[in-house]
Amino acid sequence: MDDLNQIKFAKTHEWIAPDGTVGISDHAQKEITDVVFIELPQTGKTVSQESEAGTIESVKAAFPIYAPVSGQVVAVNQDLSQDPSLVNQSPYGKGWIFKLKIADSNELNSLMTHSQYQEFLKSSEPVH
Amino acid sequence: MSKRTSLFRRHQEAGAKIVDFAGWEMPITYTSIVPEHTAVRERAGLFDVSHMGQITVEGKESLPFLQKICTNDISLCKQGHGIYSHLCNENGGVIDDIFVYFVGSDQYLVVVNAATIEKDWNWFLKNKSDGLLLNNKSDSLSMVALQGPLSEKVLSKLFQTLPSRHQVSSCAFEGESLLICRTGYTGEDGFEMIVPNPAAEKLWDQILSAGKEWNVVPCGLGARDTLRLEAGYLLYGQDVDDAHTSIESGPQWVIKFNKDNFIGKESLLQQKQGNLKRKLMAFKCLERGIPRHGATILMDGNPAGIVTSGSFSPILRCGIALGYVPPNSEGKFAIECSGKSVAATITKLPFYKKGE
Repeated sequence: MDDLNQIKFAKTHEWIAPDGTVGISDHAQKEITDVVFIELPQTGKTVSQESEAGTIESVKAAFPIYAPVSGQVVAVNQDLSQDPSLVNQSPYGKGWIFKLKIADSNELNSLMTHSQYQEFLKSSEPVH
Repeated sequence: MSKRTSLFRRHQEAGAKIVDFAGWEMPITYTSIVPEHTAVRERAGLFDVSHMGQITVEGKESLPFLQKICTNDISLCKQGHGIYSHLCNENGGVIDDIFVYFVGSDQYLVVVNAATIEKDWNWFLKNKSDGLLLNNKSDSLSMVALQGPLSEKVLSKLFQTLPSRHQVSSCAFEGESLLICRTGYTGEDGFEMIVPNPAAEKLWDQILSAGKEWNVVPCGLGARDTLRLEAGYLLYGQDVDDAHTSIESGPQWVIKFNKDNFIGKESLLQQKQGNLKRKLMAFKCLERGIPRHGATILMDGNPAGIVTSGSFSPILRCGIALGYVPPNSEGKFAIECSGKSVAATITKLPFYKKGE
């Protein structure tokens, strides 16, 4: 994801692109550190906004991944099973986690832009 | 208000992430756990462990006193050596796990855990005999640990002579007296150095600059925890405490029943001869999953215990854990990891041994 202005951010530190690709923010990967593996959702699974769609396990703790919007999981990043550290190396690129078929694009409006997210980070507590 | 060690400024300058640990503001990571962990296993890493406590025990009564309060046989420790022990209460519950160094004639130095300094000190006072000289030097001393296979190489650049494994020596450093102990908490060769606070920053800086050519890095408590767990060392307050006895926690060799009376001996002997309810066991995950502190251990599908320490092992590349379960348990084990039951097996400690 070259243009961060194209993507939206959740308060729980996930991002979603207009095409439904979901990942976690650079800030989140820095907090989580050393990703060891990722529990990916099943393709075809329907998730609702803010529901738990997977888990990131790092050396220090387990972190839930919440669906930024409702939809159906249409793809998961299989490369992460081989190399989960892609989430640390490239949170907006090769470290994407799954792709949603967005059910209601209006839900995107409840998310933050990149600059709003930056402001949000300044005013909020660390992830962990 | 949290306490800060003499090296706090160094940690800030290095951009360490600071957390509260036992009332101290300590670095948890400088970068992240895995690279710091790997540095210690492959090269060497430097830890600030100044939060730990130091109590000196001096006088003719020092050995009888230590024999009374320690489960291990301190008389086996020759001058210039160190020995690990538990301090137990009358019920055999573990007050602390400690390292005792025989530093000079009738002089011992006891290194205790940060969270238990006051409790240990009061226990020492309660059990002291006349003529015993006790000194709690925890606030005036700093302690750093250089751990890893290259530790000796690094320190040889700074000091002419270094002690052998489990031995201790002293020398002058920047006008202060420095104690070098060849001990550690990582399962690697390494040194723990104790120095008065004013010289702590200089010692820290000199070790890091001596180690620069081998990329020696400062390491936080995060890596210290994963390293000690791989090496099978207990963490006091988590794997063992006043409510768990030495028999339950092990290691077995820490209690020497053949020595004269020591506090807790009778209770521990009774436990040894009777029926133990639980024993600290080591588990290795057979499937993908990371056991965390507090997770349920299942035996044949039924809850059998709780994980006291759990982590991903960066070296073994799997989940490892310690936890109390009924002794001689046989069955299919699993550990609840992030809501999933993950198959696990009982294994011998340490999880990781140098050269294997």
